[in-house]
Amino acid sequence: MKSIVTHKVFWPSAALLGLIVINAIARPRFVKITINEGHLYGNLIDILRNSAPLMLVALGMTIVIATRGIDLSVGAIMAVSGAVALQIIAGSDEPNNLGVVAAAVIAALVVSLLLGAWNGFLVSVVGIQPIIATLVLMLAGRGVALLITDGRITTVNSEPFKFLSTGYILLLPFAFLLAMTIVGIVAFVERRSALGVLTEAVGINPEASRLAGVRSRGIVWGAYMLSGVLAGIAGILYSSNISAADANAAGNLIELYAILAVVLGGTSLSGGKFTIAGTVVGVLFIKTLESTMLFLGVKSTQAPVVFALVVVVVVIIQSPRLASWGRNAARSRLSASTTKAPTDAEVAA
Amino acid sequence: MTTLETSPLTTSAPGASKYHTFMSRHGSLMPTFAAVAILVLLLVGAQIYFGNFVTPGNMSALLLDNAPLMILAVGMTFVIITAGIDLSVGSVMAFTGIWLAQLLANGMSAALAIPITLVAGALIGLLIGVLIQYFNVQPFIASLAGLFLGRGLAYVVSTASIKVEDPAVLWLQSTRIYIGSWYITPTGIIALLVVAIGAFVMQFTRFGRTVYAIGGNEQSARLMGLNIARTKVAVYVISGACAGLAGLVLTAYSGAGYPRFGIGVELDAIAAVVIGGTLLTGGRGYILGSMVGVFVFGAINSVISFMGAEQAWTRIIIGLLLLVFIVVQRAIVARAERRR
Repeated sequence: MKSIVTHKVFWPSAALLGLIVINAIARPRFVKITINEGHLYGNLIDILRNSAPLMLVALGMTIVIATRGIDLSVGAIMAVSGAVALQIIAGSDEPNNLGVVAAAVIAALVVSLLLGAWNGFLVSVVGIQPIIATLVLMLAGRGVALLITDGRITTVNSEPFKFLSTGYILLLPFAFLLAMTIVGIVAFVERRSALGVLTEAVGINPEASRLAGVRSRGIVWGAYMLSGVLAGIAGILYSSNISAADANAAGNLIELYAILAVVLGGTSLSGGKFTIAGTVVGVLFIKTLESTMLFLGVKSTQAPVVFALVVVVVVIIQSPRLASWGRNAARSRLSASTTKAPTDAEVAA
Repeated sequence: MTTLETSPLTTSAPGASKYHTFMSRHGSLMPTFAAVAILVLLLVGAQIYFGNFVTPGNMSALLLDNAPLMILAVGMTFVIITAGIDLSVGSVMAFTGIWLAQLLANGMSAALAIPITLVAGALIGLLIGVLIQYFNVQPFIASLAGLFLGRGLAYVVSTASIKVEDPAVLWLQSTRIYIGSWYITPTGIIALLVVAIGAFVMQFTRFGRTVYAIGGNEQSARLMGLNIARTKVAVYVISGACAGLAGLVLTAYSGAGYPRFGIGVELDAIAAVVIGGTLLTGGRGYILGSMVGVFVFGAINSVISFMGAEQAWTRIIIGLLLLVFIVVQRAIVARAERRR
């Protein structure tokens, strides 16, 4: 039992489950799933479908954070990727041609990979702090996306492209299946090979891992390239969902939500140990909370207040100071059981 | 450091040796000088190209258009010199700006509403500072909470823009004090005052030296007996208060509060501070440099609008400039480390 409670993913999962239960009690319709024309329908399915872009971005962010880095440019890469794909489809004569869509997607992914490689180059070769190195692309990326779309919002009418975000396979949304497949592949590669351990070694102590013979440069570089490609896929899903490339709105603030998902999932921002399962739970928690607030009548623009409170509560719970207060309170309760020791809540207040 | 200088330098011409002595003593000023040089080049180049760029009216507008950014950059400089970062300033500015507009629209007097919103900005800064100092939260995450909080609160106040009709606030922008054909408004004076006070505090007070000491090496500063906790919280309070003041100036400038103001401005402020020569790893930097950085930013902006080019180019050029400065800084730090 204890090993379950102390498991990294336990508390995030418990929070997610609690949120779903509260929703289910407040409105039973929330957990209802119906089958209609071979598709599953329901609030929970919507959450799964909408979580795909954030899931991919957060997955890349997890690996980057594990190397003691951070990638602020993911939102900008999403914008560029969507702009490239849409511009190619809009420029062709047959937007419904599968080959055209495939070419557009591949071109967008190649561009995203190059942008990720650029970030990785600045961090691992030039040796610039990750926050700053990726800030460059965060600033310039949206400008590039605007130039690609000529400052307009490019729209297309392409069935195969639309399918990426709204299509269903085997009852489930294609976007969700795609995201989970990619999560599965990355988790498999990281955990079934030494790559995951090496990544953690680089994050825990770069100098020691270098002395131990770990080629940290390649690992860090690879992490940013992965993050770039995943952001590119997220950008394609986003632009497919609205059938348009909006250089300003695509991936707006997603870097912050992705970092939040990673932290909520239990991966420390100071690098090292990472949990992909935790990140998945963190993403689902964020999306469920968004849906809950929408139900409660909180405007989506006001939702950040609630997220701010979530961040504050989570970081305070994780902080070493609270842990030491908890220990002290427990100790004083033991030593002087006659005097009433303050509870954690009282101390925190 | 000069004693470590290799012998060829001491035997070379006295002029060169003077140059090297100056460089080694004032190495931290170099990025700021580079920023000044870029600003001069920009202005001279634009004047030659357009013929009517460096005019009193245009230069006055350069200050007034960028007054809110300048105030934010001053607060940001304090934070970055302690090796921290404050992502919340843009959204805090939006929140205090629109709250001010709403309080005034509800009939509150400006003499009461302005202090209330300034304190609100400082309180968000206090929250961020306390999270960082007492709960060991990374500055990035703590100020991220501040960013969400500010933006959300701005929308809680109002989702639409609120017009300001209070004469005292409008006076800040509408009054033009002419010196020849140069002019300045009270908002511009506020921005310059904030720069002057910031520069004075950093250069000549115990607090300023503590800020530099924390950025240089927090552990050493602690062992020297400096009050780390108070200073680190204080820089975020200063940054929050600056964001509140920027909200006032922005509201006066635009004549309205709007919850979408200032999206991404925190990045512009960070970029301006870095271009102005402040090291992101902390310990080195100048408030006056940040002012130059803001002018570089503003000059690029107005050159691009003069050319009638896509505004998207502004962000690309700022990004590239930021990159160049970071690489130069990296080289300077690497050189300093080699000498040690």
